[in-house]
Amino acid sequence: MEKSLFRYVWKHSRPEQVWVLVVVLLSFPFMFMALDLPKTIVNGPIQGQGFEQPGAVVTWLAFYLPVPGPLQSTFGEEVTLFSGIEMERLSYLWALSLAFLAFVCVNGLFKFYINSYKGRMGERLLRRLRYELVDRLLRFPIHHFRKVRSSEIATMVKDEVEPLGGFIGDAFVSPVFLGGQAAVALVFILIQDYRLGGIAALIIGIQSLLIPRLRRRLLILGKERQLTARDLAGRVGEIVDGMLEVRVNDTSNYERADITRRLGKIFWIRFEIFQRKFFIKFLNNFLAQVTPFVFYLLGGYLTIRGTLDIGQLVAVIAAYKDLPSPIKELIDWDQRRLDVQIKYSQVVEQFAPEGMLPPELQRPIDGPVAPLAGEVRAKRLSVVDDLGSKLVENASFSFDVSDFVGVTGPVNSGGESVGETLARLHVPASGQLTIDGKDISELPEAITGRRMAYVGPEVYLQPHSVAQNLFYGLRHVPMDTATRDPGEAAERQKRVAEAALAGNLTLDPDAEWTDFASAGAANEDEVYDRIIEVVNVVGLAEDIYAFGLRGTIEPTQKPELANEIVRVRQALRSRIGSSQLSQLVAPFDAATYNQQATIGENLLFGTPVGSTFATENLATNTYFLEVLDQASLHDPLLEMGQSIAGTVVELFADLPPDHPFFEQVSFMSADDLPEYDAIVKRTSTAGLTNASAQDRAKLLSLPFSYVEPRHRLGLLDEDLEKKIIEARRRFREKLPAADTGAIEFYQADRYNTASSLKDNFLFGRVAYGTAEAEERVSAAIQEVLEELDLVSSVFEVGLQFNVGVGGKRLNQSQRQQIGLARALLKRPDLIVVNRAFAALEDGSQIRLLRSIKTALRSDGRRIGLFWVLSRDELAGEFEHVLEFDQGRMVRQYKPQITVAEDETEPAQ
Amino acid sequence: MKLEDEVELLRRIPLFAKIEPSRLKLLAFTSDRMTFEPGQEMFHQGDIGDAAYLILSGEADILVDTSSGPITVASIGRNALVGEISILCDAPRNATVRPKGKLEALKIKKEHFLRLITEFPEMAIEVMRVLANRVSATNDELSLAKRQLKELAG
Repeated sequence: MEKSLFRYVWKHSRPEQVWVLVVVLLSFPFMFMALDLPKTIVNGPIQGQGFEQPGAVVTWLAFYLPVPGPLQSTFGEEVTLFSGIEMERLSYLWALSLAFLAFVCVNGLFKFYINSYKGRMGERLLRRLRYELVDRLLRFPIHHFRKVRSSEIATMVKDEVEPLGGFIGDAFVSPVFLGGQAAVALVFILIQDYRLGGIAALIIGIQSLLIPRLRRRLLILGKERQLTARDLAGRVGEIVDGMLEVRVNDTSNYERADITRRLGKIFWIRFEIFQRKFFIKFLNNFLAQVTPFVFYLLGGYLTIRGTLDIGQLVAVIAAYKDLPSPIKELIDWDQRRLDVQIKYSQVVEQFAPEGMLPPELQRPIDGPVAPLAGEVRAKRLSVVDDLGSKLVENASFSFDVSDFVGVTGPVNSGGESVGETLARLHVPASGQLTIDGKDISELPEAITGRRMAYVGPEVYLQPHSVAQNLFYGLRHVPMDTATRDPGEAAERQKRVAEAALAGNLTLDPDAEWTDFASAGAANEDEVYDRIIEVVNVVGLAEDIYAFGLRGTIEPTQKPELANEIVRVRQALRSRIGSSQLSQLVAPFDAATYNQQATIGENLLFGTPVGSTFATENLATNTYFLEVLDQASLHDPLLEMGQSIAGTVVELFADLPPDHPFFEQVSFMSADDLPEYDAIVKRTSTAGLTNASAQDRAKLLSLPFSYVEPRHRLGLLDEDLEKKIIEARRRFREKLPAADTGAIEFYQADRYNTASSLKDNFLFGRVAYGTAEAEERVSAAIQEVLEELDLVSSVFEVGLQFNVGVGGKRLNQSQRQQIGLARALLKRPDLIVVNRAFAALEDGSQIRLLRSIKTALRSDGRRIGLFWVLSRDELAGEFEHVLEFDQGRMVRQYKPQITVAEDETEPAQ
Repeated sequence: MKLEDEVELLRRIPLFAKIEPSRLKLLAFTSDRMTFEPGQEMFHQGDIGDAAYLILSGEADILVDTSSGPITVASIGRNALVGEISILCDAPRNATVRPKGKLEALKIKKEHFLRLITEFPEMAIEVMRVLANRVSATNDELSLAKRQLKELAG
């Protein structure tokens, strides 16, 4: 990228800059006329110049062309182009005033056009710049990301280049425009009197010499300010990323202190900048004011002496009035120029690391690319890290792309670097790595990214669903054009044209990018079969089924599935009813009390949506309390609350707050205990009726989480249960219209949108205190789903599970499994697995490896596998083994045959 | 069964005899009460141990897997504590426990059990006593078995 902002701006907006300059110049005469007209209006029609005689008329808009000397004999002294309109005083006033109005309009339109043109030019260039920064980011060498902090990069792209947009429009126009104005005024003064003009020029000279000198320090400060601010963003990002360590090490105050220091640094830098800025401003103003002083004194002296006539002095002073403001603006412009120039060069510097990928390698390639085949061969391959230490030294090996290759050796012995080089995450420092004779570093990413797959120890997942993450490996170019109605299509065309003007990529982000064909499916529906296949291979099927059970669906989008779910519920009910499972499940029934559910749940008989009827808010919800009162439940529940509080306080009072017993208490947390202790003491002496509203609410909230078989305090009797059922009925009947969206009632024949699939299937609660109840119920659900052929539907819901930012809702091995499933889904020719699955125990690793090997050889395909092993014992599973130690390749052998006979390459 | 009744039951168990009733109530409150149907195993040999069980009612067989199939090594009944070895030693279950009929037990989670032992030396001693008794019984059985073996051989 260009080192200088001006060169960059000029290169990418030359025609636009020239055009806006032309328009600005065109606007000058109109501006001049608008300035000149008021004088004519005042002098002419208002003051009556030329109307001294009654009935006098003036000729307006007469236009004569002066004739050059030699032609005067034929044409006379001038040629009349337009003889003008004769007008009397009042019509003349009208005409001039309307002309003034017209000029004001024209000027306003000029300004509007110029400003919006400049604005668009600036935004377009800013867009280009940001795009170019991200484009470069996408081509950074991978090892460079060890040195940069993501939040710093983000602030550079987002914030640091922002002021450039405003400046770009003025980059060329302002200096020309303002400089021109200042020059005209100065020349005018010089013409009037060379001495006064000389003084004005001298002072401008002093300004232009002194101020850049004063600014030098300002430039340094500006640079520092930018770096410290960027650093701050980086630090904040670091704190966020390392929050776990902050919490577990009690270093929050260390972080606070560090932030304080950084903020202080920024404060003092900014303060100094302000001081200097305002000092320069002061100096500017002072010098601007000193000039008139000289004019008055010297000009006055000259006039008194008679060498300058008074008219000239007045003209000079009047002309000087026009001089300081363009100069001041010019100085301001220069200040901004310096600012943005610093910002620009600081940013550009960061976006030009060594060893960036050439842009050709990332060019979008339509259609299928040729499969990888032939031999992978390394010749004296060496890889170094960013500090120059050798990761791999002089390794030579070869195998076929479709072979199963295992790499053994201790951690960081070189194998993982070879894996990374094969996936082009490293560039060979010396030697060669070729596939079918082609240097790996010259292969376009369309080949390495589509025909190869890589699974490393850390798999980054996008914060989308599992399915979207699996599809991520299939999105290289748009596969179709998005369907749009004519209006949208026109809009899209406009957008594409604009994007092209800013040098952005014009591929359609709304098109279908997922290449289902390369996953071996014709469309999105079919691809799910493939997904089921690959998640089974990597052993993630059960997890995804579990996600599905926990998931919800939007019944308006999948009305059939919602109906099916209700059918499953009924089938499950009849299965449970006729077996010993019946004791394990307490189904929801509007007419009976559900022993296995909380009292709150029994009262609501539905799933709260939002916070209105959430358990912790029930005791303060006016409508809910009203219902309790009407069912004469308020007092019994309050007493129950008191009794629960008493028991819990008694049991837990002298336990330390971190005692593991506390996790067993569902009513309150250890922090609430002292408060409840106080409430129990207050209410036991003063009685419940005299308790404060706050205490009552606190106590009342306890029974809502009470489940008799679980807590076994013996607080529920039949009478109470009857009252609760009555309250349940009343609550539903009288529910205010405003709250209907706050709860989804349990209805045996309707899908409950607020509950998970599992809760919807079960439509009840699993009983407490029976061994393996959960497992047996889950098994029953699965059987029913299998009978009704709905397992795959649950599975599809599971694929919609959102994995969270960076996939943090999954554990590490699940993330790696998804990474591997993604690799398998795109059907590459070679899969590189680099020290992944280290956390899996031996048996599972072998099982996983064998199931992958089978999958890679199924359907007559021969997909290669290059696996950098975490356990050397697995070497026997491969066709070739590369053994590494301390960055050197020790040997390459085929494990089936005895090692001594089959050393294809001697150890280096 | 109410919490109070469970406390009453716990008090009659030698292991907990010397512990204050309020503590026993806490233990009962924080433990899960489990019902096992006939044929359902409480745990299986080789499982990871996460809890100890105190049998409240019913009887169970203790089985050990051998090359010739599982053999019953002992039977236990009411008030017996099982599964504590695995959580004390952090080792997989060394035997399978299978209820003979319907069985009710209090499931005491590993961390709760360990916490109780560290907080109540009386209980630690009681656990030791139970374990020591078991070792001595096992020793007796071992010497008996050896003698029988010798008789058979000789």
